[in-house]
Amino acid sequence: MKSREYKQIEPRALPASAPPAPAAGKEQAQGGRARRKWEVFPGNNRFYCDGRVMVARETGALPVTLGLVLVTSGCFFIFDCPFLVQHLTGCIPVIGGVLFAFVLASLLRTSFTDPGILPRATPEEAADIEKQIDNPGSSSSSSYRPPPRTKEVVINQQVVKLKYCFTCKIFRPPRTSHCSLCDNCVERFDHHCPWVGNCVGKRNYRFFYCFIVSLSFLTAFIFGCVSAHLALRSKDGKGLIFAVQESPASAVELVICFFSVWSILGLSGFHTYLVASNRTTNEDIKGSWSGKSGAEETGNPYSYNNVFKNCCAVLCGPMPPSLIDRRGFLPTEDAPLSTAVEIVEMPASKNDVNMCTQGTKDLLESPSVSPILSASCPQAKPQMVSSAPPDSVPAATSSQGGRGHRSSPPDKRRPRRSRKRSASHNPAYIAPGSGLPPPLPTQATSSRRSSRKEPRRSSFTSLQ
Amino acid sequence: MTIYIVNIFLFLFKSIDEYRNENPNPVFFLNSLLQTHSLQDLRQQAAIASKVFVQRDYTSGTICKFQTKFPTELETRIDKQQFEETIQTLNNLYAEAEKLGGKSYLEGCLACLTAYTIFLCMETHYEKVLKNIAKYIQEQNEKVYAPLGLLLTDPIERGLRVVEITIFEDRSIGSR
Repeated sequence: MKSREYKQIEPRALPASAPPAPAAGKEQAQGGRARRKWEVFPGNNRFYCDGRVMVARETGALPVTLGLVLVTSGCFFIFDCPFLVQHLTGCIPVIGGVLFAFVLASLLRTSFTDPGILPRATPEEAADIEKQIDNPGSSSSSSYRPPPRTKEVVINQQVVKLKYCFTCKIFRPPRTSHCSLCDNCVERFDHHCPWVGNCVGKRNYRFFYCFIVSLSFLTAFIFGCVSAHLALRSKDGKGLIFAVQESPASAVELVICFFSVWSILGLSGFHTYLVASNRTTNEDIKGSWSGKSGAEETGNPYSYNNVFKNCCAVLCGPMPPSLIDRRGFLPTEDAPLSTAVEIVEMPASKNDVNMCTQGTKDLLESPSVSPILSASCPQAKPQMVSSAPPDSVPAATSSQGGRGHRSSPPDKRRPRRSRKRSASHNPAYIAPGSGLPPPLPTQATSSRRSSRKEPRRSSFTSLQ
Repeated sequence: MTIYIVNIFLFLFKSIDEYRNENPNPVFFLNSLLQTHSLQDLRQQAAIASKVFVQRDYTSGTICKFQTKFPTELETRIDKQQFEETIQTLNNLYAEAEKLGGKSYLEGCLACLTAYTIFLCMETHYEKVLKNIAKYIQEQNEKVYAPLGLLLTDPIERGLRVVEITIFEDRSIGSR
């Protein structure tokens, strides 16, 4: 998409370059507008406020969640609080207000925070890893993706397998998983929550936990207050029907809260268990540390075997920084690298287990509200369906899993990965035996731009 | 020829201050500047021979720690002791950033009580340590690595995955 050098964190750097228009439009000299890194971020994320705020591409049910919280709380404050303040105590709106503020703050923090995305490997790193992995099979048959590569490491007397991520071209650190919806590797990946419209990972797990706990308190509180309200109104023999007629909003709130409180309380309880045993939803669903032996505590190598310490470590530990540096400036380049290449993107199929995990998790997360249940399941599905057709084609040709490039629309503010687009450029991408995205597409398109960097890039790749 | 390289690096470090104003993120500006200028200048002066990557060491869990194994490509360039000392210091600094102690717990609890809005105004302990790490790497580059024709890249630039060491050729050649 634009010119990049080694220092760039996307593998696009290798054969990448700006299409003619932005290179001319945004002059890369000192006088021109420097672009920020979020604008060329390869994952499936959206950025707002000039990179300060990020969400997943599919916002999922976040508007629904927000709407439900706002509507229910709004009705509560407008219709129930005046009556309750009169008849009971003035503390009720205060407590309600505090809980509502907590819920909203933690929801927005969960949705808009980087969950712990790992930036993709630079081309040199990817080449270096390729060199270290001796794969004799790849030279002979380059028409299929080689078997997944794993590396084993011993952590705390437990053997942990580190898988190689074909999209990000790295060996995933322990507890890291590739989210197929966001197309990113996320550290300490818990799950992709459609209700908050973002992955839940290392950096935003504490916000997510705070959100569900405060939401369970809020729904329980509203449920209790509304019940008290209706009970007080239907006193003196007037009956419940009369009370509901007088305050219909209360009945709506009651229904919403009744269904929510069970599911949210259940979820809070589940996550409290996860926090106390220092596990992620992903690990729990896969049964990584339990199921083989009864002693769950000793199975998990990351647990401190102390409930209090686990809770402190997960919820109150140091806040790691965002690794993707959204607001950093891309360095100005005088001569862009060779042109943007339509590298085949390897979509959702990277981590099949992950998809199943997420599908299951989606079902778990969307409990009893049936219209939303049917909406949330297809959330994950259409993503996979749309990626299925181009998936079969790249699977046949690419071994490394490049990424789809968009060369035609030049002035994109946000990178829109189009998986469908990548299918048309499959023939240009040949599975590399050498391991690097091959220079072939690079040279094919290099005639479009005379680039000083182009020969340099070739000379560099020849060093591999 | 090595004098050329040393001069380039000295020039780079002097111009850091004027570049600092343009780049809002102090953690990242240094290396992006270094590499921008260094690559632009070295294109004319010296060629990058290769890059060495020091991978993460996961034997202690998910904490940030790099392998202290001495890469074979650096055998002719730098003393093993010096290299290991650098990596060990980096590991210690990262361990300090991720340490679970009273201070981090206090920070976490305070953040929770303020519904995490405090992170909007305050810099976390981790970020403070990252700044120290950036300073340390700059200092190491200036004193130890640049004279030997090497350049350390701050791991945060690479998502804390690797420590990238760029090896420059010992003679200055024309660009490509």
